[in-house]
Amino acid sequence: MHMHKLEKIWLILGISCLIIFLTTVGVSAFYMGNKPPSCLLTIDPEKVDQQKPFDKPGLHKVEGKEWDYELVYVAQAFSYNPAKVEIPLGAKVKVIATTKDVIHGFEVAGTNINMMLEPGYISEYTTTFDKEGEYLIVCNEYCGSGHHLMFSKIEVVKK
Amino acid sequence: MINNAKAIVKVDSKDAKLSMAHFFVAFGALAIGGLMGLLQTLVRSGKFELPFGIGYYQILTAHGVLMGLVLTTFFIMGFQYAAVSRTAGPHSSAARRTGWTGFWMMTAGTLMSGTMILLNEASVLYTFYAPLKAHWIFYLGLTFVVVGSWVDGIAQIMTYAKWRKNHPGVPSPLLSFMAVINTVLWIVATLGVAATVLFQLLPWSLGLVDTVDVLVSRTLFWYFGHPLVYFWLLPAYMCWYAVVPKIIGGKIFSDSLARLSFILFLLFSIPVGFHHQLTEPGIDPAWKFFQVILTFMVVIPSLMTAFSLFATFERYGRSKGATGILGWFKVLPWNDARFIVPFIGMAAFIPAGAGGIINASNQMDQVVHNTIWVTGHFHLTAATSVILTFFGISYWLIPHLTGRKLTKKMNKLGIIQAWVWFIGMAFMSGSMHIQGLLGGPRRSSFSTYGDSKQALEWIPYQIAQAVGGTILFIGIILVLVIFINLAFFAPKGDEEFPVGEAENSEERAPMVFENWKLWLGILTALILFAYTIPFIDIIQNAPPGSKGFRTW
Repeated sequence: MHMHKLEKIWLILGISCLIIFLTTVGVSAFYMGNKPPSCLLTIDPEKVDQQKPFDKPGLHKVEGKEWDYELVYVAQAFSYNPAKVEIPLGAKVKVIATTKDVIHGFEVAGTNINMMLEPGYISEYTTTFDKEGEYLIVCNEYCGSGHHLMFSKIEVVKK
Repeated sequence: MINNAKAIVKVDSKDAKLSMAHFFVAFGALAIGGLMGLLQTLVRSGKFELPFGIGYYQILTAHGVLMGLVLTTFFIMGFQYAAVSRTAGPHSSAARRTGWTGFWMMTAGTLMSGTMILLNEASVLYTFYAPLKAHWIFYLGLTFVVVGSWVDGIAQIMTYAKWRKNHPGVPSPLLSFMAVINTVLWIVATLGVAATVLFQLLPWSLGLVDTVDVLVSRTLFWYFGHPLVYFWLLPAYMCWYAVVPKIIGGKIFSDSLARLSFILFLLFSIPVGFHHQLTEPGIDPAWKFFQVILTFMVVIPSLMTAFSLFATFERYGRSKGATGILGWFKVLPWNDARFIVPFIGMAAFIPAGAGGIINASNQMDQVVHNTIWVTGHFHLTAATSVILTFFGISYWLIPHLTGRKLTKKMNKLGIIQAWVWFIGMAFMSGSMHIQGLLGGPRRSSFSTYGDSKQALEWIPYQIAQAVGGTILFIGIILVLVIFINLAFFAPKGDEEFPVGEAENSEERAPMVFENWKLWLGILTALILFAYTIPFIDIIQNAPPGSKGFRTW
C-alpha cells in the first residue's frame, strides 16, 4: 500500500499533536488531581433519608479533613434538598449528593461542578468557592415533566 | 475492482423499489421530526406554549427517536442497499426477501414505539434511561427496529459474500466494502442496546422483575451510543470518499487508504462509551481515561480522510489548469448540488470535530456535560455534516432509482436549501454552544429557574435558537419539496449513480483488508480489554436495584 510523502508528514504531525494532547489530559487528571467525579460509594436508594450523611442535608463544618465544609444534597423529582444554602467565600467544600428516585443532573452553573446523580450511587466533588455571588444549581439530566423546574441556589458570601 | 462496476450502470429496478421504500419512511420521519424540532425551539424561547396539553418532553422524545433513530437508520440502510446493488451486482431474490423482511420489521417497530410516544406512555427521550419506565410496547418497538436493521443489513452482507465467492482473490468494490464495514459496526454496536432492552428493560416494564441495575443499563446503552454516531457518519464518508470524486470529475486519491480508514473507524468507534459517562459515579477514573485514549484514536482515520478529500480536490483543480496555492479551490463545481451540498457538510465537520475533542476530554467535559453545548455539537455533526451529505446523496440517488432526472431547477433549489440550512444552523448551533458554556442545560423546557440571574442571561440565546430553528424548518420544507419532485414529478431520464475510480488503478488494495476474522478478532479483543474489568466492577459493587418511575 503506497502512502504519499505529504500524507506521511501530515499524519506524523497530527499524531504527535494527539500524543501531546492526551498526555496533557492524562497528567492533569492523575498527577494534578483533575479527575472527573467518579465516586465509587453506593447506597440503598430507598433508604436515603435514614443514612448518613443524607439524613441531614445542608452545609456542615467539618474538622480534620482536607476540606472545610461538607455540603450534602438529596435530589428527587423535582427538587433538591436544601433549596438554598449560603457558603462563606473561599471555603473548600466537598459536595456530596445522591438521588432518591430517577437519574438527575447536578450542575452548578458557572463552575466546574457537574455530575450525574444515579440511584444507588453517591456523587462527590471537592472544590473551592472563590467568587462571590449567587449560583444556580440546575438539573441537567431529564427526569420527568417538571425537569426544568428543578433547581437550587448557592449564595457565596463574604463573612 | 471498481472497473468491474462499470458494467453495471443502473441499480436493479427491484432493488430500487426496496431502497425507495426506506427513503419514504426516512423523509416521512424528517417531516414529522422536523416539525417537533421547530416546536421545541419555539417553546424554549418562552414566547409560545404547546396546545392541547401536549408535553414538551413528549415532542422532545418524538424528535430524538424520529431524527436520531428512524430517519438515519432507514436512510442509511436504503442507501447502502442500493450502493451494494450498484457496485457488487443486483441482490439475489433471497437477499431481497431478507431486505424486505428487515424493512417491515423496522417499520412495524417504528409504529409501535411511535404510538406509545403519541399516547404519552413513553416520554423518556430517545436515550430512555432507567429507572424512567416507559410502556413495554415502546421497548418492544425499539427491539423490532434494531433486529429489523440486522436482518436488513444481512441482505447487504449476503450480496457482498456472493461477490467475494465469485471473485476469489480480488478486493471487493470499494462502496460495497464500506457498506459492509458500516453494517458490521452497526451489528456489533447494537448488541449492547439489544442486551439492555431485552434482558433488563423489557422484563422490567412487563413486571416480570421488580428492579433494574441502572449503571449496567447505562453502560450497555453507551456501548451502543457512540458507535451509533459513526454509523451515521460512515455513509457520509462513503459519499465523500467514493462518490464526490466522480461528481467533480476527479479520482479517488487512494482506494487502499480509504479502506484502511474505514477499518480504523470500525475498530476505534466501539470500545469508547465511557466518554459519555465521564461525570458519573460508579466507574473508575482510570478506565474512563483509558476509553478516552481509545476515543481519540479516531483522530487518525479522520486526518487521513481530510487529507484524501482535499488531495482529490487539489489534483482535480490542477488538472483543470488551476495555479497558485488555492487556485484549485475556485474551479470546483460550485453550481452542482451533488457536490456543494455534501461539501458544506464537510466544512461543518471542522468545528464539529473540534467540539468533539472537547467533549471527550476528561476535564473539559465537566464544563459542558449535559449542557446545551452538547446539543449544539451534534447538530453540527449529525444534523449538518451527515444530513446535508444525505440530502446531497438523495439529489442523484432518488432520481436514479425512480428513473427520473435532477432538473436544473431542482439542482438550484438543492443549493439554496443547503445555504438555508447552513444559516439556520449557524444561528441555532452557535447559540447552543454559547449558552452551554454559560451553563444552560440541554433537554429542558423554558424556565427562569426562580428568576435566577444566570438563567435570565440564557434567554436571548434561546430566542436565537428559535430563529435558527425556524430557518431550519424552512430548509426541511425545501428538501421535502425536492424529494417529492424527484420521487414523483421530475422528468423521466437516466440520472447517474456516480462511483469514483482510484487514481492509481493498477495498485490493488491488499487482501488483508477483507480478512474479517482478523478485524473482528482485533475488535473483540479491544472491546473485551476496554469493558471486561470495569463491567465486572460495576456488577460486583452494584447497589440495590431501582424500581421503575413514571415522572411525566
